[in-house]
Amino acid sequence: MKRTNSLHGPLDDVAADAGHGEHPPRVGFFTDTSVCIGCKACEVACKEWNLIPADGFDLLGMSMDNTGSLGAHTWRHVSFVEQNVALDGQSSQLAGLPTGTSTGSASAEVLASRLVAAERGDTELGTTPPVVTGGAEDLGIPTFQRPGDGTGAETRTDFRWLMSSDVCKHCTHAGCLDVCPTGALFRTEFGTVVVQQDICNGCGYCVSGCPYGVIDRSTLDGTAHKCTLCYDRLHDGMEPACAKACPTQSIQFGELNELRERAANRVKQLHERGVSQARLYGEDPDDGVGGTGAVFLLLDEPEVYGLPPDPIVATRDAAAMWRIAAGAAAAFFAAGIAAFLGSRR
Amino acid sequence: MTGPRADPPRPDAIPDDHRAAPPRRGRRRRDHGGEREQPMVPEAQFRSYYGRAVLKPPVWEWMIPAYLFTGGLSGGSAVLAAGADLTGRTRLRRAGRLGSFAALLASVVFLIADLGRPERFHHMLRVAKPTSPMSIGSWILAAFGPGVAVAAISELVPARWHRTRLGRLVHHLAGPAGLSSALVAPGLASYSAVLLSHTAVPAWNEARGLLPFVFTGSAAASSGGLGMVFAPVDEAAPARLFAIYGAVTELAASRVMDSRLGLVREVYMTGQAYQLRRLSERLTAAGLAGTLLARRRSRTIAVASGFALAAGSALQRFSVFEAGVASAKDPKYVVVPQRERLEHRRTHQHEP
Repeated sequence: MKRTNSLHGPLDDVAADAGHGEHPPRVGFFTDTSVCIGCKACEVACKEWNLIPADGFDLLGMSMDNTGSLGAHTWRHVSFVEQNVALDGQSSQLAGLPTGTSTGSASAEVLASRLVAAERGDTELGTTPPVVTGGAEDLGIPTFQRPGDGTGAETRTDFRWLMSSDVCKHCTHAGCLDVCPTGALFRTEFGTVVVQQDICNGCGYCVSGCPYGVIDRSTLDGTAHKCTLCYDRLHDGMEPACAKACPTQSIQFGELNELRERAANRVKQLHERGVSQARLYGEDPDDGVGGTGAVFLLLDEPEVYGLPPDPIVATRDAAAMWRIAAGAAAAFFAAGIAAFLGSRR
Repeated sequence: MTGPRADPPRPDAIPDDHRAAPPRRGRRRRDHGGEREQPMVPEAQFRSYYGRAVLKPPVWEWMIPAYLFTGGLSGGSAVLAAGADLTGRTRLRRAGRLGSFAALLASVVFLIADLGRPERFHHMLRVAKPTSPMSIGSWILAAFGPGVAVAAISELVPARWHRTRLGRLVHHLAGPAGLSSALVAPGLASYSAVLLSHTAVPAWNEARGLLPFVFTGSAAASSGGLGMVFAPVDEAAPARLFAIYGAVTELAASRVMDSRLGLVREVYMTGQAYQLRRLSERLTAAGLAGTLLARRRSRTIAVASGFALAAGSALQRFSVFEAGVASAKDPKYVVVPQRERLEHRRTHQHEP
C-alpha cells in the first residue's frame, strides 16, 4: 500500500504514525446492517457500560428511531428507514397483508421544518424533541391500524425496513482529532480515537471538524463526548459493549484488516444472492478520511442512513489553506507599511 | 481497495418518498427584496435521513464571530500603532495601542467565555499542534498579547510616574513591544479564516480560497476605521489608506468568493447571513466613500466613516458565521456536492 503522508490518504499503521512504539493491531467495527433487527441492544449496552445519561423516551416521528442521531450522550444510534420498495432477493411474505410505510414524506417534512427552526444548542439535532410552533400536527403515529389498513388493496406497496447501528468511525485521519487544540482527543495504541474528559475544555472545534457529525459537546459537563470503542474494555482484552450485546452479530468487533476482509466476503456473498444494493461504506483506504475504523455494509445509499456519501477530512487541504492565509497576511502587512510610506509628511 | 464495489443502485428501486428534499427550503428562501437576491434555482434532488442534518451545527455562539471581529481589529490596530510610533504620530499611536489592547481584552473574554469549561482555558497551551488552527491561533495570541499590553500600558502611565524606574522601563519597552506585536498581527488577522475553513462546515470549508482575504480586508478596514475615529485628521492619513485597502479587499474578495462557490453559495445569499452581509457591504461601501471624499476636510465625516467601516467589518464576520451554521444544519449542502463528486469520479474511472 502506498503511503503519501500522515495528514490524508492511506496509512498502514495509524498507531505508529501517532507515536506508539510497540502496539497492538488496529481494531474496529464491521456493522453488517443486512442482519440488524433494530433491537437497540447496542444503544442500551453502550449507555450501561459507559454510564452515559439517558436520552428520554421521545417519539420523533422517524419510524422506531427515538434517539435521533449520534451525539454527546448517544454513542450508538440505530436508524430506521421505511421504504416502499421490495426486499432485494427475497419475498417479504406480505402479499396478502396490508403493507406500506408508517412514516413517510409527510412526517419527514414536519420534522425537518421543526429542526431547522430549532435553536442552536448542543443536543438540538439529537434527542431533544423538535420545538412545536403553530400547533401540533398529526403525523399518523402512533396508530392502532396496520399500515395500509384504511385504504384498499390497490394502494398497497412493497415494503422494506432498513436498520443500521451507527457509531463513531474512528477515522484513519480523524477531523476531530486533527483540530483539537488541547490534545484532549488522542489516538490510542489500538488505532482508535478517544477524548480525555479531564483535558477537554469544551472549545467545540471537534464538533465542526467531524465530517460525519458524530462528536458533540455535552450540556451537562461542557466537554465533548463520543464513542471510545470501549477503550477500558480493550485494555482488559474484552470486546466493546455494543458488539458484545448484539444478538445477530450485526456489530462485529476485531482487527481492522480482518474485518475489511470479512466485509468484502459478505458483500460478495450478498451480491451472489441477488442483494444487488449491498455496498460497503468506509472500507476504502483511498477515501477522503483514509478509510474508517468502523466499516459498514449498507443496503442503500449512505445518505439514506444519515451518512455523508463522500466525506473528506479538512486537514487534506490544510497546507493549501495556510498558503492562502500567508498570502493574505503578507498583503495585509504590506498594505500597513504602504499606508505609512504613502502618507509621508 | 479490499472488496468489490457495489453496483450502482437501480433507479427503479429508489422509493419516491425519499427521492426529493423536503420542501422546506422554499419557505425559508423568502424574497428579501435585495438587488442581489438570486432567482430561485430548481431544487436540488437529494436523499437524506428524514431531512436531518448530516453534520452537527457549530456549538459556537455569537461570541466567536464577535471574536473574529475584535481579533482582526486588535491586529490591524497594532500595525497602525507601530507605524505611528516609528513615524512620530503620537495620537494615532495612542489610538492604535489603546484600541488594540481593548480589542485584545474583549477577544480573550469572548474566547474563554465561549468554552464549555472556561476554567480550563489554559489547556489551549498544553500542546502546540500544527494541524489545529485553534492551537496555532492560541499561540499567535500568546505571542501577540504581551507586546500589545506593554505598549498600551505605556500610554496609560500617568505623567508623574514617568521619572520612576518602572515608568522609564515601560517607556523604553513600549516601542519594541509594540513592534513585536505588529509583526505577529498579520498572523492574527488571517489565521481565523483558516480556523473556520479547517472544518467540515460546507460554507466555511468551500470558501477556503478567499476567506483569508475577506478576513484580513475586514481587519484592515475596521482598524483603519478605528484610527480615523480616534486620531485627528492630520495624523490619520495612514489609517485612511489602510482602511481603503481593507474595505476594497473585503468587498472585492467576498464578491469573488461568491462567484467561486457552488451550491453552498445559497447560504450566503439567503436568510440571516444574507441580511447581515447586505448591511455589511452597504456600511463598508459608505465608509469607503466617506474616507475617499472627506480626507482631511472633516473630522465628523472621518468619525462617521470610521464607525461605518468597523460596523461593516463586524457584520461581515457575523454573516460568514451564520452562513456556516445554516450550511451545517441542512443536509443538502453535504449530500448534493458529495454525491456529485462521487458520480464524477465514477464516470471518470470508467474512461480509459
